[in-house]
Amino acid sequence: MPQELMVGLTIFVLSTFVGFEVITKVPPTLHTPLMSGANAISGIAVIGALLISGRGAGWLEVVLGMIAIAFATINVVGGFLVTDRMLQMFKKKENKNSQA
Amino acid sequence: MDALSTVIALAYLLAAVLFILGLRYLSSPATARRGNLLAAIAMLIAILMTLLDRQIIDFKWIAIAMIIGTLIGVFSARLVKMTAMPQMVGLFNGLGGGASALVAFVEFNHQSRVAAMPVDLAITTLLSVFIGALTFTGSMVAFGKLQGMISGSPITFKLQKPVNAAMMLAVVILSIIVAGFQPSVLLFSIVTLIALILGVMLVIPIGGADMPVVISLLNSFSGLAACATGFVVQNDILIIAGALVGAAGLILTEIMCKAMNRSLSNVLFGAFGTGDQAAGATTTAGGDKSVKSVDNEEAAMIVGYAQSVVVVPGFGMAAAMAQHAVRELSELLIKRGVEVKFAIHPVAGRMPGHMNVLLAEANVPYNLLFDMDDINPEFPHTDVVLVIGANDVINPAARTDTSSPIYGMPILDVDKARHIIIIKRSLNVGFAGVDNELFYNPKAMMYFGSAKEKVQELVAEIKKL
Repeated sequence: MPQELMVGLTIFVLSTFVGFEVITKVPPTLHTPLMSGANAISGIAVIGALLISGRGAGWLEVVLGMIAIAFATINVVGGFLVTDRMLQMFKKKENKNSQA
Repeated sequence: MDALSTVIALAYLLAAVLFILGLRYLSSPATARRGNLLAAIAMLIAILMTLLDRQIIDFKWIAIAMIIGTLIGVFSARLVKMTAMPQMVGLFNGLGGGASALVAFVEFNHQSRVAAMPVDLAITTLLSVFIGALTFTGSMVAFGKLQGMISGSPITFKLQKPVNAAMMLAVVILSIIVAGFQPSVLLFSIVTLIALILGVMLVIPIGGADMPVVISLLNSFSGLAACATGFVVQNDILIIAGALVGAAGLILTEIMCKAMNRSLSNVLFGAFGTGDQAAGATTTAGGDKSVKSVDNEEAAMIVGYAQSVVVVPGFGMAAAMAQHAVRELSELLIKRGVEVKFAIHPVAGRMPGHMNVLLAEANVPYNLLFDMDDINPEFPHTDVVLVIGANDVINPAARTDTSSPIYGMPILDVDKARHIIIIKRSLNVGFAGVDNELFYNPKAMMYFGSAKEKVQELVAEIKKL
């Protein structure tokens, strides 16, 4: 097995365990924001899109690469903003409670 | 490793740490917003570092694509209504999966021309394109169902499972050929095409009530797709971030399955609430059992003079966008000295935490919101339960009727309260396609109409008391 693949697999397995450990006991209030925030993180595919479309290759690669970048950017930008919008609502309400 | 590569590698490591911290903060209410910000900063660092990479020689098209993506992202995030949040998350999710699939496709195309394709690269590329393409179309179907563009009830046809199995088998065989013998772009394209079709086929038979599970699972898949893409382009930050999202999505999926007391495979392949079951249930509903209905005035008397009211919201509240009217009602009742609580079932609505988000938007204080386990012991001491657009999560058949498809699902014990007022447009079955015995309970009163109008009328009527 090539060295790089082995290292990649190690990182994958350990990261998965970190993921399980880090997200413990999510209160139901946060189910949606957690999902939507995680969803934004999965837009990390944008990095792959940047790497493959910056090579200056043929038009097909350029077009597909551009679509990939645009897709992933929508995922990232929209995902983080919409999560923040939701969390802002929770926040606002908290302040109101403490004033009351 | 030269200086620039070292800087880039260290920055990626920093981004990975920030992603982990971000996710951790996201799972606790006090720090959630900071967590989201940290994850966004991590993403920005990763993107900037990638742009520094000297492999990238052509920036013009990249800039255009990123600007277009940013504009669409900003506008959709700003404009989307909170009631439309499940389909928005589904849509974003699909785009992430689509991006992964495209990257894998381009990379395979590229590699097969440049040099002999190593087996391991072929396998990871196939995985990446398969998961990514499936996530893309699966999410688009979920989006269509949630948006009401495709029927929310399960769509099934004869031989559905054998056809799906045959397609899976074809993917496996083609993948073995592509990876082991013939790295052909044509065969690779066929695998991609089948994955796109499978995404549609796997989600269309899943009913609206099971959408929280599907959305969480697709979320997990989009992470795994990014992860596989990380192996393809040999970039560790993709593997790390993708694996984190994959794990997070799986945890949520498990929470949702547990809340329905069903296994994941039952949700995915059970075609829950098929047309047949629904038809059978409605005929029994039309039988000799009688239903009490209630008008505005009477409902106002019961709710307005109660000591304690528990509101049970469901998807109907979201569909009618009644959350602001519900908040008005709860404020009015609290002012009258009524004790108001909200009972939130874990799978109420169409995505995990759907009701919490809507009530937060309407400014309902979250200390009034109670989880199922906390509120269930209180129903016997509750004067009035006001059910707003919920159905399956309060169906007593889940407790008693072993033949019911929802048997075993933990429910809100609203039938233990003294009075039950159910706002519902008709006696139709819920999304699970099961008749609800609760409607014929002598304590239950149907308050027919759209959730928003009925709550508004109730508010107006209570003000007159």
